[in-house]
Amino acid sequence: MVQIEQDILSKNNTYAAANRQWFDEHGIFALNLVSSPGSGKTTLLCKTIDMLKDKVAISVVEGDQQTSNDAERIRATGVQALQINTGKGCHLDGHMVGHAVQRLQPADESLFLIENVGNLVCPAAFDLGEHHKVAILSVTEGEDKPLKYPDMFAAADVMLLNKVDLLPYLEFDADLAEANAHRVNPDLVIFRVSATSGEGMSGWLGWIAAGLDAQRSLRSETVDALKRRVAELERQLAAK
Amino acid sequence: MHEMSLAEGVLQLVEDTARRENAKRVKLVVLEIGRMSSVEPEAIKFCFEAVTHGSIAQGAALEIVNVPGAGWCMLCAETVPMEELYGACPKCGSHQVQATGGTEMRVKEIEIE
Repeated sequence: MVQIEQDILSKNNTYAAANRQWFDEHGIFALNLVSSPGSGKTTLLCKTIDMLKDKVAISVVEGDQQTSNDAERIRATGVQALQINTGKGCHLDGHMVGHAVQRLQPADESLFLIENVGNLVCPAAFDLGEHHKVAILSVTEGEDKPLKYPDMFAAADVMLLNKVDLLPYLEFDADLAEANAHRVNPDLVIFRVSATSGEGMSGWLGWIAAGLDAQRSLRSETVDALKRRVAELERQLAAK
Repeated sequence: MHEMSLAEGVLQLVEDTARRENAKRVKLVVLEIGRMSSVEPEAIKFCFEAVTHGSIAQGAALEIVNVPGAGWCMLCAETVPMEELYGACPKCGSHQVQATGGTEMRVKEIEIE
């Protein structure tokens, strides 16, 4: 018998950790957007990009089982996008995203958005190296979705309750949906938004801006620390 | 969920180890699968057979050790059995239960020759 004692996902986690380290070194803020199909993920992404693209460089990875329709919609906004077709697969993994990063070469201190395959089950288990998972739930779905698919809402740090402009026409209880989400994840940050009317977008964009700032200052701290180290070594060398 | 990619992950770990040990053949693979890991043991058995076909682990037996669910209840301040993730404490009904066991998906050991 040979002992292995390793997590089945350890290979994926290694790729994801390498991606995250690369993002951190370049001051890039990376988000992994997850939801069921039809939650309005791509429309929300296009709206977010439209409102941010003059302030920050943005790259997008689109995951779908087939077609490059979504990448084309993103490119129409003027930012670079790469489509990954998973074919038989139900999720993106750390290895695929690593390749996408190489192809896209995102700018330093930019925003990197990954739109995962529309699926609330599998993408929860696969770390891609992102800083946060953002779960999107639309008001045309059930309020109990966070209870039916708890893994995803527990893995996410942010939930966007989308299509709130439709609330007057539906019997959807937004407070109940939020309470359900907080039951599986008490720390979940929730924004109520509508990509169509623009309602609530400022809170979500503010959250992204804070994340970008944090990544930038983390990077400049690292660069400053390295500069100090170089200065110190040069001083030691000169003293010899 | 996604048992096929998990089975591929298992095969990679098994192949790496078998190569390192100069094995000719893998006879047995032992996995530890937690009750609350959202992995269906029957599905992973089926996928394992499919992905190992033509590899060093072809024909290897697959043993799955089930790990029961357990969690730490904040209110009871003790370890309690858990049936499902994010479920309530069976003693006090609180949802403040942190899973401590039963979420693992590990390759425990293999038998080679």
